[in-house]
Amino acid sequence: MLLTISTTATPATDLGFLLHKHPDRVQEFSQSFGTARVFYPEADESRCTAALMLEVDPVALVRSRGRNSPDFSLGQYVNDRPYAASSLLAVALGDVFRTARAGRCNARPELAEGALPLEIAIPALPCRGGPDLARRLFEPLGWECEALAVPLDENFPEWGDSRYVSLRLRGSLRLADALNHLYVLLPVLDDGKHYWIAPDEVDKLIRAGEGWLAAHPERTLITRRYLGRRRALERTAFARLAEVGDETEEALEPRIEEEKERSVPLNTLRREAVVRTLEELGAASVIDLGCGSGQLIGALLAVPRFARITGVDVSTLALTIAARKLRLERMPDAKRARLTLFQGALTYTDPRFSGYDAAVLMEVVEHVDPPRLAALERVVFGQARPVHVIVTTPNAEYNVHYEFLTGMRHPDHRFEWTREEFTAWATATAELYGYRVTFTPIGEEDPEHGAPTQMGVFTRDH
Amino acid sequence: MTIRIPELSLVVLVGVSGSGKSTFAARHFKPTQVISSDFCRGLVSDDENDQSATQAAFDLLDHIVETRLSRGLLTVVDATSVQFAARQKLIALARKHDVLCDAIVLDVPEEVAIERNAGRPDRDFGAGVVIRQRKDLRRSLGKIGRDGFRRVHVLRGVEEIDNATVSYEKAWTDKKDLTGPFDLIGDIHGCRSELETLLTELGWELTRVDGRAVGAVHPEGRTAVFVGDLVDRGPDSPGVVRLVMGMVAAGTAVCVRGNHEEKLVRALKGAKVKVAHGLEQSLEQFAAEPEEFTREAAAFLDGLISHYQLDEGRLVVAHAGLKEAYHGRASGRVRAFALYGDTTGETDEYGLPVRYPWAQEYRGRAMVVYGHTPTTKPEWINNTICLDTGCVFGGSLTALRYPSREIVSVPAEKVWYEPVKPLSAPGYRDPVTLDIGDVSGTRHIETRFGTRVKVMEENAAAALEVMSRFAVDPRWLVYLPPTMAPPETSKLEGYLEHPHEAFEEFAAQGVAEVVCEEKHMGSRAVAVLARTPEVAAERFGVTDGSAGAVYTRTGRPFFDDLGPLVARLRAACEPLWEALGSDWVALDCELLPWLAKAGELIRVQYAAVGAAAGAALPAATSALEAAAGRGLDVSELLDRARRRQDNAARFREAYARYCWPVNGLEGVRLAPFQILACEGRNTALEPHAWHLDTLSLLDDPIITPTRHLFVDLTSAESREKAVAWWEELTGQGGEGMVVKPAVHQRGRVQPGVKVRGREYLRIIYGPDYTDSLDLLRRRFLGKKRSMALREHALGLEALARLADGDPLWRVHEPVFAVLAMESEPVDPRL
Repeated sequence: MLLTISTTATPATDLGFLLHKHPDRVQEFSQSFGTARVFYPEADESRCTAALMLEVDPVALVRSRGRNSPDFSLGQYVNDRPYAASSLLAVALGDVFRTARAGRCNARPELAEGALPLEIAIPALPCRGGPDLARRLFEPLGWECEALAVPLDENFPEWGDSRYVSLRLRGSLRLADALNHLYVLLPVLDDGKHYWIAPDEVDKLIRAGEGWLAAHPERTLITRRYLGRRRALERTAFARLAEVGDETEEALEPRIEEEKERSVPLNTLRREAVVRTLEELGAASVIDLGCGSGQLIGALLAVPRFARITGVDVSTLALTIAARKLRLERMPDAKRARLTLFQGALTYTDPRFSGYDAAVLMEVVEHVDPPRLAALERVVFGQARPVHVIVTTPNAEYNVHYEFLTGMRHPDHRFEWTREEFTAWATATAELYGYRVTFTPIGEEDPEHGAPTQMGVFTRDH
Repeated sequence: MTIRIPELSLVVLVGVSGSGKSTFAARHFKPTQVISSDFCRGLVSDDENDQSATQAAFDLLDHIVETRLSRGLLTVVDATSVQFAARQKLIALARKHDVLCDAIVLDVPEEVAIERNAGRPDRDFGAGVVIRQRKDLRRSLGKIGRDGFRRVHVLRGVEEIDNATVSYEKAWTDKKDLTGPFDLIGDIHGCRSELETLLTELGWELTRVDGRAVGAVHPEGRTAVFVGDLVDRGPDSPGVVRLVMGMVAAGTAVCVRGNHEEKLVRALKGAKVKVAHGLEQSLEQFAAEPEEFTREAAAFLDGLISHYQLDEGRLVVAHAGLKEAYHGRASGRVRAFALYGDTTGETDEYGLPVRYPWAQEYRGRAMVVYGHTPTTKPEWINNTICLDTGCVFGGSLTALRYPSREIVSVPAEKVWYEPVKPLSAPGYRDPVTLDIGDVSGTRHIETRFGTRVKVMEENAAAALEVMSRFAVDPRWLVYLPPTMAPPETSKLEGYLEHPHEAFEEFAAQGVAEVVCEEKHMGSRAVAVLARTPEVAAERFGVTDGSAGAVYTRTGRPFFDDLGPLVARLRAACEPLWEALGSDWVALDCELLPWLAKAGELIRVQYAAVGAAAGAALPAATSALEAAAGRGLDVSELLDRARRRQDNAARFREAYARYCWPVNGLEGVRLAPFQILACEGRNTALEPHAWHLDTLSLLDDPIITPTRHLFVDLTSAESREKAVAWWEELTGQGGEGMVVKPAVHQRGRVQPGVKVRGREYLRIIYGPDYTDSLDLLRRRFLGKKRSMALREHALGLEALARLADGDPLWRVHEPVFAVLAMESEPVDPRL
């Protein structure tokens, strides 16, 4: 991977003093993941270019990877790290040009203080967000930014662009600032770090961002990505940035995204509707089939009348998250005794599903392949046979209200039913297994397209 | 005195402390069969006399007793049991597990017991305890016969106890020593003429007295097994009983009791029963017979047992079927189940009881054959089959030949009795009979291919998610291909893998001939194809109109809608139906191009790396060239940069070769190389020459043939030819080849190893792998190779079970295990 810094200041070779690297030498710097070298492809009075080239040792990289390494691409054996300017290059740059980055230059102090005409080129910069994001991050800092997307493969133009951009920055800036911009923004654009993000990263960010980060319009994105989306660290960083700048902490906190504001109430409405229905049905024991991270379970635990609550999911990861979110470890005995969580699949009959007043399949059936629905029906209605079954599923007709939605609401949905389709399925299933079914819309109802969610409440005949 | 106890029973020893129970138990039973309360008390308190631990000790004792009984083990309880309540608890445990319960009372004089206790330092509780226990015993002895034991054996005095011996009685239901072959015959209901026709059809020779059939023998020494309901409704119940009675008496048949015999016997004995459901005909017919015969028939029918275990326990016969937990057990509810089946307590619109579908849940190894519920056609459900085809209602009389599983039927001569409700076709098929217990937890799977495979619980849990969220319908998922290991790493300059090591490995294991098959650089695919949707319904129970599936090595469908691909492939496989004599086939294949399934991987992983390299390396090279132009010493760096640029270009060529545009099915190819199974055959065991020959019958643009070469490992020339072939394949950038023993090998021989090409390996080990071969040669193959062997055994086991016509859960078990094994982490580059 390669990064070049050029200047056309006169004499341009002063760049060597600023970087503390002699233009006529090739210098080597050993890094844990490979070797960095600095050399000058051109060095004359009018123009001088320093190149930082990093040769990554992929074997060393694999070996240094921890079990919880945040950057999974390094775990793959074919990866872009030997070529792309990622956080590895940022670390090398921070290290090799440490003094320059601090703005110190005993030989030419006035040069280090002042702005220079600079040009920085990075041929392969991994950039999640494309050329546009590169511009949004660099332009507010006074750079003229030329960012070109690199195509995935010229032989297969239909594949489109890769996530790399070829970046060229021009501007008149202090060299130390330029280096700090790169030090922070390279990993931000890559959106992945090769090392574990420890709390001292906050210090590094604040130091390198001094004088520019607090005022940057994209500071939220920069902070979040730099800190690897670790919320606790983000909050510390926002607090400290607020100390640096004039703004209050709240103003710096990321806004809750609008999309969330719309979906949260539907989640809540659905959950509330299910809990209310269970109360009306007089259920005391409830099994949540497909409990996910345990949102409904949490709501059920809050209602004492639900004496026995069971959560089932096919994903052991979901169950682990549910256990954590429900604070299972710290739950008082009396409450804990009401709750059971276990792994199960709705296409396998399971004696543990039997013996409940009610079973809930909240937003579950649409994740089952249509040919397997008959198996689910038999497992739930034929074998477990709770007195009541509550099924909620999206109403496909309502999708016209989601402006940017193409296809289905979730990538794992195998189908989404119209009201008619849901009614037909529910009625046939009820008939086959001796249940009666009623239907209730959930969420704001549209006269033409119905409500966003549809709910069927099944009750056993005998 | 000889004490006779059932082979499977709970034996309760009754006697005061010091009466010699433990000594008696040790003399007559295995140490593991005897559970003593003192021992249990010791386990939970470290002190066999700690009375405060009594409750906990008995909880433990109960638990051990229950566990043993549920596993079908004779168990002896060594506790005083002098109190009624204590004995009741044990009798209840025996009933709970449907085993008989006998008591053996050891009655010794008080002073003997006291003296014995006094002589034992660990029994320091004095005479009072014994005196109290003896009082309890005396009180019990009078009425212990009414406790509920099958039999109470009382041994009085030291001498009788010392001289007693114990012998075992076989259970009435135990006819395991009858090994057949059998002709099992369904519900007859007085259809004597049809029975005679059926027996004749089956090759039996009837013996007649006064023109009436009174017996039958089969020249091949077969044994007939009647599943009950010989009588009622039909025209000649006495005639049927006469014939069956004769056969049973002559030892050429056995017969279990049906619910109609049960009721007829009571009626004949003069009990008040409601005369309905065809009993009226039987009573009328028997009234017309000589009294002598009717008495004899009643005695015969009264002596019928409710179920039998035959052929070493591999075959169980009961009139209404029997769940596994009841096989060989004895209790009122076992008998009721065998006679009437398991009912839900509900009735249907005809007023008939709704039956609980016990067969759907049946997981036993024994075949269960029964009748009782008339259907139009017998159908296997989890190794059970109902033979009642409603002869008396105008259906047919059906026999099952065992062990060949052949069905023989003769039609009813007329409708003898109008059915209450029409005979139901087994049209409603259960959509799934898989249970969580079939796959979850740590499992040991026995294969008939030399290995017993252990599946770890956490791997099964991981597989459950993949299976239930992403895999195709389990009815299609009859096989998953095993992983395949590379050969030992090559020591040849510039190579990581080379055919030489593969040939050496097989030759060292005594393989004389191998076949080298070209790897197509597609995605491994299994195609299960039925000739028609009807065949799919018949053979696989898939009734959604689909006629096949094509899935990946993790069981995922290749396309969202498999319909068009399956339709094309079924048409292409037309020549196979006749060649194989089967209406369906399962093929092991590669699906091409790689892009069709792995497009995302290629774009995100491979093309992206290529793009980064393509952008970065030329820039680096020109920067270094400029530096060199300035006289800086960068020659080594420049060499390396140029070489890496060249490697990157080769890398891009390596993946590009396997990508071509696919538009719908246009451009998709299937390359089958092995026929896994067809009706009744586990063809995977056939020699590869047969597979390749048979598959060469396929002539359709969607089929790509697999180029191959047979190699005589004893011939250097033959080997060289194969190496040259491999070099030619891989020199053009081909993925490489698979080397397999030409015929199936037993033991720990790899079923195949893959020898991948030098250029191809760039997309596995990275563009520059050729620069660090020494390091890469240290790769560890052991785990991959061991997994390949185990998964191969599991795959073959699944196919063997499929060929045997095993129920779905039996086939699913090893298939699921392959998926579970695959969640075990292993170096993905191998």
